[in-house]
Order: sequence, then structure tokens, then C-alpha cells
Amino acid sequence: MDIFLQQVINGLVQGSLYALVALGYTMVYGIIELVNFAHGEVVMVGALVGLSVIERIASRGDTGWGVIAIGVLVAIPSCMALGLGIERVAYRPLRKAPRLAPLISAIGVSIALQQMAALIWGRNYLHYPDVLSNPQFHIGGAVITQVQLVILATTGILMLLTWLIVQKTALGRAMRASAQNPSVAGLMGVNVDRIIALTFLMGSGLAAVAGVLVGTYYGVGNHTMGFMLGLKAFTAAVLGGIGSLGGAMLGGLLLGVIENLGAGYLGSVTNGTIGSNYSDVLAFLMLIAVLVLRPSGLMGERGSEKV
Amino acid sequence: MNALHSPTHHLLVAKGIGKHFGGLSALDQVSLNIPSHSIYGLIGPNGAGKTTLFNVLTGIYRADEGEIHLNGVSLTHSSPNEICKQGIARTFQNIRLFGNMTAIENVMVGRHVRTHSGMLSAILRLPSQRREEQEMMAHAQGLLDFVGIGHHANQIARQLPYGDQRRLEIARALATQPKLLALDEPAAGMNDTETATLGRLLQKIKASGVTLLLIEHDVKLVMGLCDRVAVLEYGRLIAEGEPISVKNNPRVIAAYLGTEAA
Repeated sequence: MDIFLQQVINGLVQGSLYALVALGYTMVYGIIELVNFAHGEVVMVGALVGLSVIERIASRGDTGWGVIAIGVLVAIPSCMALGLGIERVAYRPLRKAPRLAPLISAIGVSIALQQMAALIWGRNYLHYPDVLSNPQFHIGGAVITQVQLVILATTGILMLLTWLIVQKTALGRAMRASAQNPSVAGLMGVNVDRIIALTFLMGSGLAAVAGVLVGTYYGVGNHTMGFMLGLKAFTAAVLGGIGSLGGAMLGGLLLGVIENLGAGYLGSVTNGTIGSNYSDVLAFLMLIAVLVLRPSGLMGERGSEKV
Repeated sequence: MNALHSPTHHLLVAKGIGKHFGGLSALDQVSLNIPSHSIYGLIGPNGAGKTTLFNVLTGIYRADEGEIHLNGVSLTHSSPNEICKQGIARTFQNIRLFGNMTAIENVMVGRHVRTHSGMLSAILRLPSQRREEQEMMAHAQGLLDFVGIGHHANQIARQLPYGDQRRLEIARALATQPKLLALDEPAAGMNDTETATLGRLLQKIKASGVTLLLIEHDVKLVMGLCDRVAVLEYGRLIAEGEPISVKNNPRVIAAYLGTEAA
């Protein structure tokens, strides 16, 4: 078995999920310069809403990707409503407050959502229903599963779609204009509040898809699952250059691959002194290195394209 | 013209505008009546409150006192984007383009307010949305041609020469289809030739049916171009009228030259 290739495949899959979540961080940051720490919790809610829906359908004996798709289709509007609500209640009133205030508000929302989820879904790890046969395919000396292929395809399409919306549509132009200079955008007739709300809407929709995919991939859901995932995705966004769409995508993929290569090789390289459980450490060390050497991130430059 | 029998229609009516920052009165009881289809000049020494008045008119600041009406519609409590929708657009003393976007994209942002396609149709790339996008692009290109920088359409805004950036700001403002175009020192930093070209452009804009409000330090440009001129000093309106009478007004001369007013 080709360990290297296998870890790269696993890394790309994991990284594409990070990237999808990172897009939400980076778009919101680009437009209102707020690190939306509640974003990971939106992913969690998406995963758990999806889980409930999929469980309900699976209990009738239905299986297959259609079931997952229905889970996604219910999770998306749920998360969009949640994202819009968070923006309206926790961030918009603080738009002109010092920057620390919305940050604290974000952390508050994050904790509140975790506890709410714990009340609804309980505190135990929930088993994500098995509705897929998940065949495996061999490429080179490695294995790729159907779930992994679907994740890569879905995230790829969504990232492309996001990029197209931002770069090629009137909405995207208004987003980029608002990101560069909200007050001038307003004077040119752009309703910046509406654009910000739409940005949250898009980010939350992506988070919903990411949530269900994460649940399907790892097979579990829990009210705390958004925390680490959110932190990693945020790391990915910073790694790539926060505010940059391409950066979030690149940062996510890179982080996933590094983490998985770490998990695959740390043990053998260090003769077992440091095990694969240190892969998170590797990921965050990488972040520190990038921040020291290139504070604006890999693709972020001064005055680069923000959204 | 039969001015006696057809009372001038005033596009913008500002009544008793006051704006205070702490104890400082940046604007004090300023009233303006800007006739339709005119070029209206706003002059005054540095710190007289000209830009503050612009900011109040375009909704960046909210007036502490007074009322603003455009074509009879009250704008006193409107947000900048609503005011833009009602028909006031502006440029800035220090250029504020969307520097990372291309020239044509800058103009298309200005057009945003006059379009209807929402996110869903944008995602689905509906034919109506695609048609609107094409219409927007043609319109934006037309405006770039109009201000004379059509050949720069696909250049990144911040890489354009200074004078062209000023023109691009005008094109972007025109894209919102304003009734009133407010220009904050459009000739700042321009040489005589560029200023003369700008003057011709402003005449062209006026001829297209847009009313212009102009803050300008270049007195020659103001006097040559404007139909009426208002003079601000320390936040107060000290003179208003046709350029020639304003020019000879002793209070204006005193304000500019610093002599004791008689």
C-alpha cells in the first residue's frame, strides 16, 4: 500500500471540507473584518439537523445518496436562517462598536449554540446513520471511497460556484465593493446591510453542506464538533490569507494534506516518540510559521482581492 | 428666456441645515436652492464646511437641524444608499475608487442600484440575469467612453493615471443615474489642460440633463462654468448668486483675502 498517496488523498478530502468551512470565515472577514467564531457552530447545527433528517428517513428503510441529499436540502435553509439570525441579532447592532465587541459577541453565540444543541440532541456522540454502501476504488497503491469522491466533487463544485458568484455577478461585485470600502459602496447605492446578510447566507449554506458531509464521512455528530472544525477552518483561512477566496481553498487543502501526512509519518520518522496524535500540533505549527514568515497568508497580499 | 413667468424649478432644496461636532458648528443654518439643469458652485476657504455639507447631502452625516428635499422628496433621514436611489451621486476630494476592481467593474457597481436580479437568479444564471449583465456592461462601457477612458475598461482602477481615476469616479457616479451629481474638487491636482478638458466634460454632463453641484478651489473654473455660486465661511452661507455678483461681493473678497469686512 502506498502510504504517501493514501495520506494525500485523505488529506485532500479532509482539506476540502476545511476549505468549504473556511470560505464562510473568509467571506465574512473580508466584508466586515469580523472573525465569526460562531461559524463552526453553524456547521455543527447543519450536521445535526442533517443527522436527524437522515435518521428519520433511514428508519423507514430508505438508503442511498438520495437520503443524504434530503438531509443536505433541509440543513441548508436551517443554517441559512441561523446565519442570518446571528448576523441580525449579534453582529449588526455592534457594527459601529469597537472591534473587540463583536468578537466577544461571536464567542457568546458560539457557546449559546453549543448548549442549545446539547439540549436538543443531547451530549452524547450520535451515530450518523449508515445509509451508504460506500464502495472502494483502487488508484495506484491507495484506496479512495465513494464518500470521499462525492466530498471532493461536491466541495469542488461549490467552491467553483462561490468563486463564480463573487467574480462574475452583480451580487459578487457589490460584495467586493463593500469589502473594499463599505461607505463608498453605500454612496453608490449598494445596500451594504443587505450584502452583509447575503454573505452570511452564502457562508451558512456552505457550512450546512460541510456539516452533513463531515457527519457522513466520520460517522458521528456531537454538539461540540463545530469547535475544532471551526478552529481548523479558521486556521486554513488565515493560512491562505484571510479575506481571500482562493486563499481559503488553498489553505484548507494544504492544512488537510499536512495534517494527514503528519498522521502518517510522525510516528515512523521520530521512532514513535511523537505519534500520529500530534498531527494537530503540526497543523498549528505550520500556521505559526506562516504567520511569522508571511503574516498576510499565502495568497493574501496587501490590497489583495477581498470578499 | 422668459424667466419672469416661469419660476425656476429647484431640484435640491436644503433648508436651515445645521451640523455640530461637539461645540463646533460645522454648518449653521445653511440653505441652498439648486435649480434643475444648472451647474451650481460651492466655494469657500478651507474648513468652511463644504465637504461637511456634501456629507450631509449624501447621507454620510445626519443633519442636526434642517431639511433636505430632492424633487420634493424628503431625504433628511435617508441612508446613503437610499439617497443614491433617489438620485444624488458624488465623487470624493481624495479619490475613493474600488481600487482592486477593473474600471468597468467600478462603473457596474454604480449601476447596481438600478438592477433587479437577486441572488437566486445570479446563482442559476438565468437568461434574464445574463441579459441584465450584458446590458450593464454595455451601459458601463458607454459611460467610460463618455468620460473619455473607454480604452481603460479592463484595467485595475488603482493602476490608472490620476486624472483618469478622477474621470472614472465621475463615470461610476453617473452609472447610478443621478439627478444631482455632486463633485468634490474634481480639478484638484490637475494641470490647466486637464482642467479645461474636465470643464468640457462637466458641460457635457449638464447637457445630458444632470444637475451638477461642484466644490472647487479653482476660481477660474468655477466662475467660467457655474450658473450660480454659493460661498461658505465658518459653516455659514455668506453669499449666493450669479458668479459675477458673488465675485464682487465685499464679504466674499474679505473671506478670501482675510481683510477686515467693512
